[in-house]
Amino acid sequence: MTDRQAAVEPDERGHWGPYGGRFVPETLMAPLEELNAAYEAARADKDFQTEFASLLRDYSGRPTPLFYAARLTELACGARIFLKREDLSHTGSHKINNALGQVLLARRMGKSRIIAETGAGQHGVATATVCALFGLRCVVYMGTEDVRRQRLNVFRMRLLGAEVREVDGGSRTLKDAINEALRDWVTNVADTYYLLGSALGPHPYPLMVRDFQSIIGREARSQFLEREGQLPDALVACVGGGSNSIGLFYPFLGDANVRMIGVEAGGSGAGLGEHAARFNQSGGGRPGVLQGTLSYVLQDERGQIAPTHSISAGLDYPSIGPEHAYLHDSGRVEYVSASDDEALQAFQTLSQHEGIIPALESAHAVAHALLLAREMKPEQAIIVNLSGRGDKDVHTVAEQLGGESL
Amino acid sequence: MSRIGEAFTRLKQEGRRGFIPFITAGDPDLETTRGFVLELARSGASVLELGVPFSDPVADGPVIQRASERALRHGVGIADILAVVAEVRRETDLPIMLFSYFNPLMQFGVERLAAEAVRAGVDGVLATDLVPEESGEFTDVLAAHGLDQIFLVAPTTSDARLRMVAERARGFVYAVSRAGVTGARADLSVEAEKLVERVRRVSELPVAVGFGISSQAHMADVWRYADAAVVGSALVAEIEKHADAPDLVSRVGTFARSLLPGA
Repeated sequence: MTDRQAAVEPDERGHWGPYGGRFVPETLMAPLEELNAAYEAARADKDFQTEFASLLRDYSGRPTPLFYAARLTELACGARIFLKREDLSHTGSHKINNALGQVLLARRMGKSRIIAETGAGQHGVATATVCALFGLRCVVYMGTEDVRRQRLNVFRMRLLGAEVREVDGGSRTLKDAINEALRDWVTNVADTYYLLGSALGPHPYPLMVRDFQSIIGREARSQFLEREGQLPDALVACVGGGSNSIGLFYPFLGDANVRMIGVEAGGSGAGLGEHAARFNQSGGGRPGVLQGTLSYVLQDERGQIAPTHSISAGLDYPSIGPEHAYLHDSGRVEYVSASDDEALQAFQTLSQHEGIIPALESAHAVAHALLLAREMKPEQAIIVNLSGRGDKDVHTVAEQLGGESL
Repeated sequence: MSRIGEAFTRLKQEGRRGFIPFITAGDPDLETTRGFVLELARSGASVLELGVPFSDPVADGPVIQRASERALRHGVGIADILAVVAEVRRETDLPIMLFSYFNPLMQFGVERLAAEAVRAGVDGVLATDLVPEESGEFTDVLAAHGLDQIFLVAPTTSDARLRMVAERARGFVYAVSRAGVTGARADLSVEAEKLVERVRRVSELPVAVGFGISSQAHMADVWRYADAAVVGSALVAEIEKHADAPDLVSRVGTFARSLLPGA
C-alpha cells in the first residue's frame, strides 16, 4: 500500500473532513485559485520536480542524516532513539524545504515580490535565503515580541537582503505577523507571492506545504528501512502550525503499526493564555476559523482568539494545520504537550548527551521522546524530528537559566 | 421583501442613491453605539452596517483594527450587540446588518444567531471571510429565517464567481472598490466603476460600493454609477478623534451629513 492510498487526501477545495477550506476576503479568492492551478500544474510537471529535487540536494544538502542517538537512548533506558537531522539543512531548519518549493512556484507564476511571516525567524531566514538565491524582493513580517527573542534571525534576514517589518499589534507574535502578511497580500495581489511557512492558511497552502515537507518522512522511512530492515515503532515531532510534523508523518500514514505523536507547546500552565496546546479542550481549544482555515483554535467563549504562550516562538500560535485537526479526530495521530520547563530541560540534555543544540521547538519533541522511550522496549525504535538547530535560542535559554548557569 | 430590499426600492422610486454608514459596535461603548444608530438614522443613512469586533480582523486597516480593540476591551459580544439592535428597533425602521468575521458567528451558533438576530430586528448579515463556497449551511439557515446575506465582490473576482455570488446574495451586493484592506484613501479607484458594471450584467440586486470612501466628492463619484456608498473607516476615525467629546454622537451625525452630496 502506498502512502497516497492510505492517507486521506483533501477534497478539491482543500477540506479534510470538516477542516480546512478557504475562509478569506473575496479579493484573495482569485489569487488563491491562480496559486492552486499553478501548484497542480507544477505538481504534475517532471521538470519542476527535478529542479526542486536538485536544489534540495545541491543547495540545501539533502538527504539529511538519520542519526542513532546512543547516549540519549542510554539515558532513557528504553526504546532506541533516532534523530532526523533537519537541523543540518541549509539555514538550520526544515523550513528551507518549503521555501525552495514555493519560490520555484512563485517564479513560474512570474511574481517579483515575495512576502512571508515568521515566528521563530526560521521561516523568515529560509524565505530571505531563497529570495537572495533567485534575486527576488523579500519582505518578512515578524511580531515585535518575536523580534526581541530571536534577534539573531532578524539580523540574518537583513544580511540576506530582506526587509523585516515589525508587527506591533495583538500579541506581537506569529499570529499577528500572519495577519499583517495577509493584509499586504490583499493589497498587492498583482505582483506579490505570499510564501506561507506552515501547513496552515487557506487551500492550497496546507496541502502544498505538506507535500514540500514530506521529503522528511520519505527520507526517514527509507533510511530506517535500509538500516534496520523494518519500520520504526513511533514518530515524534513538535507541532506549531504543523509543517515539520506533517512532513515526517505523512509518508507513514499508511503504516498502521507506526505510532505518531505530535507535541504541542504546554507553555507555563493549563489556563487559556498560558500555553499553545490547541487539542487541550479544557484549555480553550475547539474548532473555529482563523486566518483562512477551519481547524482547532484557542479562543474564548465569544470566539475571540486567545493569547498563547510558549518559550519557543515557533510553537506560539493559537491554531494548527487542518490536516492535523483531521488526524487528531480520527485518532491516527496522538497529540500531547511538553511544558516550557520540560523543553528547556531537553534542550540541555540533548546538548550535553549528543553534542547537538536543538531549536527550542524541536526540544519539545525530544522531551516527549525521552518519556515515551522509557515506556517502550529496547528492541523498539523512535524517530524524533529534530526540526531545527538551537543557535537562535541560546539568548532565550541564557535568560531563562540565568547567566551563572552557563 | 426585507427592510433592506424595501429601502433600496424606495431609493429607486425616488431616484435617489443610498448612504450606508459602518460603525464598530461597542466603540467606544454600547450605550454610545445605540446613540450613533439613532443619530445616523436621522442623518440620511439608508442601511446601517454594525461591525462585530474581532481579535484578528485581517481585512481591516488600522482604523477599524483599533476600533475593534477598543470594543473588545469591554468584552463586547454578539449577545450585547443584538440587545442594542433590539433597543433601537423600538425607535427606528433603519435596516441594520451585522458585518462580522465568521468565527464569532460560528461560536455563537449559526442557528441561534439567525433566530436571535431576527428577534432583535436585524435584517442582514455579511461575513467578511465567508465566501459562497464555504457558506452553504450558513446561507441556508439565514434564508430560512428570512435574513439577507450580503456578499462581497472585488475587482479580482472572476465573472464565474460574480455569477455564483449573484445566485446566493440577498439584499444587495457589496462591491469592494479596490484590492486592499478597509481604510480611507485620497483617491478612489477607477476599478470600482468597472466592477459595478460587471455585477449589473449578472445581477438585478442593488450594488453598493465601499472601501476607501471618505469624502463628499467620493460619495458623489460613487453615486454616479452605484446604488449606494459605504463609509466605514472615515466615520470610525471621526469617532476615535472625538471619543472624549461630550457631544460625540451629534458630531458624528454632523460628519455623516457633511458627506452627503448636496449637503
